Amino acid sequence: MKANDKSSQRAGEISLSVNGISKRFPGVLALDKVSVDVHAGEVHAICGENGAGKSTLMKVIAGNYRADEGDLVFRGVKIDLRSPLQAKELGILLIHQEISLVPELTVAENIFLGSLPYNRMGFVDWQQLYRRTEEVIAKAGFKLSAKDIAGELPVARQQMVEIARAVALQSSLVIFDEPTASLTEAEAKALFDTIRQLKENGVAILYISHKLPEILQISDRVSVLRDGRYQGTLQTDEVDENAITALMIGRHLENPNDRPASHPGDEVLSIDRITVPGFIDQAELSVHAGEILGMYGLVGAGRSELAEVIFGLRDSPDVSMRWHGKPVKISSPSDAVRLGIGLVPEDRKDHGLILDMGGATNMTLPALRAVQHFGFISRDKEVRIFEDYREKLQIAARGPFASVRTLSGGNQQKIVLGKWLSTHPDLLILDEPTRGVDVGAKAEIHRLISELAKAGMAIIVISSEMPEILLLSDRAIVIHNGRVTRELPRAQLSEQTLVEGITST
Amino acid sequence: MMSQVSAHETHMMPFAKVINVAKRNPIWLVLVVLIALFSFQTPYFLTVFNLSNILYQAALIGFLAVGLTPVLINGNVDLSVGAMVALSACLAVSLQHIGFVPALVIAVLACTCLGLLNGIIVEYTGVNSFIVTLAAMLGVRGLAFLYAGDTSLSSPTSDLMELGMMAVGPLSATAIVFVIFVVVFQIMLSRTAHGRNTYAIGGNRAACENAGVHVRRNVIVNFAVSGTMAGIAGVSMAAQLGAATPSYGAEYELWAIIAIVLGGTSLQGGRGTMIGTFGAVLALAALRNGLNLIQVSGFYVLVILGLTLIIALVLDRQFNRE
Amino acid sequence: MLLQIIRKPFHLSYYQLVIAFFGLALIGILFVAPTMLSPDNIKLVLRQGSIPALMAIGVTFVVISGRLDLSIGSLLSLCAILIVDLHDKVGPVIAIGAGLGIGLLVGCVNGFLVAVLRLNPLIATLGMLSLLQGISLIYSDGRNALIMDPENTWFSFIGRSYIAGIPVPIIILIIATIGFSILLRYTTFGRKIYAIGGNEAASRYSGINAKRIVFSCYVISGLMTAVAAVVFSSRVMGAQNNSGSGLELYVLSGVILGGASLFGGSGTILLSVVGVMILEFIQNGLLIVGLPYYTQWILTWIVIIAIVWSDLASKRYREHQ
Repeated sequence: MKANDKSSQRAGEISLSVNGISKRFPGVLALDKVSVDVHAGEVHAICGENGAGKSTLMKVIAGNYRADEGDLVFRGVKIDLRSPLQAKELGILLIHQEISLVPELTVAENIFLGSLPYNRMGFVDWQQLYRRTEEVIAKAGFKLSAKDIAGELPVARQQMVEIARAVALQSSLVIFDEPTASLTEAEAKALFDTIRQLKENGVAILYISHKLPEILQISDRVSVLRDGRYQGTLQTDEVDENAITALMIGRHLENPNDRPASHPGDEVLSIDRITVPGFIDQAELSVHAGEILGMYGLVGAGRSELAEVIFGLRDSPDVSMRWHGKPVKISSPSDAVRLGIGLVPEDRKDHGLILDMGGATNMTLPALRAVQHFGFISRDKEVRIFEDYREKLQIAARGPFASVRTLSGGNQQKIVLGKWLSTHPDLLILDEPTRGVDVGAKAEIHRLISELAKAGMAIIVISSEMPEILLLSDRAIVIHNGRVTRELPRAQLSEQTLVEGITST
Repeated sequence: MMSQVSAHETHMMPFAKVINVAKRNPIWLVLVVLIALFSFQTPYFLTVFNLSNILYQAALIGFLAVGLTPVLINGNVDLSVGAMVALSACLAVSLQHIGFVPALVIAVLACTCLGLLNGIIVEYTGVNSFIVTLAAMLGVRGLAFLYAGDTSLSSPTSDLMELGMMAVGPLSATAIVFVIFVVVFQIMLSRTAHGRNTYAIGGNRAACENAGVHVRRNVIVNFAVSGTMAGIAGVSMAAQLGAATPSYGAEYELWAIIAIVLGGTSLQGGRGTMIGTFGAVLALAALRNGLNLIQVSGFYVLVILGLTLIIALVLDRQFNRE
Repeated sequence: MLLQIIRKPFHLSYYQLVIAFFGLALIGILFVAPTMLSPDNIKLVLRQGSIPALMAIGVTFVVISGRLDLSIGSLLSLCAILIVDLHDKVGPVIAIGAGLGIGLLVGCVNGFLVAVLRLNPLIATLGMLSLLQGISLIYSDGRNALIMDPENTWFSFIGRSYIAGIPVPIIILIIATIGFSILLRYTTFGRKIYAIGGNEAASRYSGINAKRIVFSCYVISGLMTAVAAVVFSSRVMGAQNNSGSGLELYVLSGVILGGASLFGGSGTILLSVVGVMILEFIQNGLLIVGLPYYTQWILTWIVIIAIVWSDLASKRYREHQ
């Protein structure tokens, strides 16, 4: 189902055609027969919500993943990519969101990493290296010095080094994955100039982002993905944000304003002042019993880090909190657990679970106190807790002590939830609670969160998925550029107001 | 903290260059302080004879440290080099009957092969190099004992001793060879593609794999080179003493690692210089020599070894924090 | 490739494959040296092996928490020298107390270096290995220590006597094995150790104080080494400066032979003890066959690499499923 291509209007020939690509991960169909064409000399944006399949598609094109179905035709030839290296040799380069330079080496050495010019004796030909680097830098129009140490440059410059690699390799297709995530406004502007430069040199560019203003600014065409499916391609100069958003969301959301108003109880946690070094400067927030507070913001805005400060995992030089009205200091997770705070972390596999342990063992970890007699663990109690939550949360697990490694994402997440519910917390912080979870389990988790709030628990939901925030929140705050830019009671919650929060300066 | 010396520094004024090197390698200041300290304590320290003696004593650990530095810059470690010294020394002594040069070549090549084996195991099984070479430390020692038995071997001819005695003026040949190796390895690290890739792999291995650097080859070659240097250390130890026992070289790997870490090479990989390693090897040799001259018992050396290793670790943590 | 062909039909994990290989090797040695199986020899090996096995109990705690302790060899030497030397000077009670005290102290220092300062466990405990060796040399002035009148002290009971025909060291080992197995298996402390070894970050996110737990593991390791030193000195009635030299790796290879993963999170006391005893029997077999003691070292080399590789290979295999 290829869109009505307007390729005839464009000068460049087709650089890459993606034909019916599907990619399946355990439990999730990440890409479902996606087809897109990219032309030489165009900036083609790929846009969609988190989890729409943008990154998976890019990784297929760059050779990191192999597609289960479909094929790629690059410059008229069908290609079968087995590694990023092979893609690179063909002229396809993915520039990752995280910078992948060798911090100890010079700019020149980084640009020519893996292909340093050297003479017959194996000595590096520095003159040639620097000359070629200067050429590349001049061609790209960058303000870089070949002999600077890469690790000492500001992030934006480091990104330029990565892009310079594309120029040096003479890549004909360059993929940018959320390149502005860690850039300031001015730096982003410089990046766009660079991208335009590449484009003028006839390079095809795939640009992944979920920031609509940015896409309108830089791209020629934009293709939209939703839940792994291709939704259509639009000519950027003919559309506005609303048209793209309509394709991105595409479903009828329950209008949050129609839900019955909640009646929040007393203040559970109130933070008068919190600073997260490198992320957030003196924010304030509070959450009440029976209330779901949504926390929206872009990836990298410091939301998870904020949760880590609250939970005692991260130091903060400046924080003042009250718990049920009394001033407290939380300096370790055990303090937080003792007070009655739970944290369902964003990274389930690294922070949420001990994969080789059983469901029961994982669940009782923060509440060992409750299942012990004089330090000895009561297996009966453990099993009872596990069975209790297995039933309440409908967890499909083989048994209380079977390793949770092989469970699906949804069931693993429910075990993490059960783990914190077993501590009977007053406040539960959920960081991206439905990431990597299939649609069915997602709905169940959403229902559970609402029920918990109804039963009087205070809840903070951190999410970069707008629908999730809109669906769950009784109140939402938007974090952007180190500040709380919006605080929205449910009556004012809408996509519009949330987007305003992350675009305002 | 301490970065490698880049090529563009060759354009700087000589004096500025010296200052710069000293700033990047504070261990040289330590060396100066140690020399000053011991010179005040005893008149026997600051003599041409003793200083060339220090260089001579430094050479054995020096060979190991020089060979190990690229391995550490790669982000790996080789703990088995001390045992290789024993094996090489035993081979060099006991094989004298097949000829002087062949014996030395076989002794060194045997260690090259063991280094190669370590490298291959590390790269192809994915087991951490600490574990692989820790096991090899014991295993290679076992090989040395298996080969030599529980006894001391002595050379039937005096060729080996003569090699050890060779000298140019007050400088022994061993010390000169050591200095030559330092220079060669410094050039290798800072000027050749292999050397630059060695830094790159230690700095960001994933980026190198993505960029098509032959990571495995680089790592394995560095292990083999480290083995070779251990072999050379073994041969020169046999030449110094004219004899060999399979218990030679115990704890040498620790001294070498201490020297490298004190010289500013990060245990996490990616940074370090031969100049730093050289300075640290000399400083440690001066320390041992000085303590000996002011008649501190040799038993304290082990205590100082352990303490400096732990202090070096703490410093490494302080300065090379992510 | 060859490995796959052997492995697949029997549904063996890589680890089981390696164990099977060592089982076959042991049986092979038994054929050459059938005297190994005489009750006297078995008793001898078990009594001999109870010393490294006691150390293995402590090391198991450290290994399950995902770390290493290489200082135990020198620590055994130091404690043994101290106990033997003090025995004739101030009597067995204070001597034993001093030995255990040093074990505790060194355990605390190791714990401080690794858990609090977060130094690389391998290099830090390697530094301690050399430090402790130096201290025992200084303490003994390089001389061996001896108990003058081994027949007339109750101290000899610990290492040389029998209760109901069973050597006392074996009884001590059995009691320690049971006690520490219970501690590791049934208490919240033990559970936390497995959790930290399994995933330290996730444990921290669950409110577990990893620092304190890891510290305690090193203390247990130091203490058990001191207990082993008590048994050792009572059995030998003397001590050398290098009594424990090389024992750290020997014990470690026994522990991982028993199935404890060097990456942490798995292992049991009982299997670690069995692992050490298997090595002890192999060593005994080699000696009976007429191979020198250092053959054991080469064997240890192969054991460690084979087992760690098999552990890693099966982990990767699981993750790819």
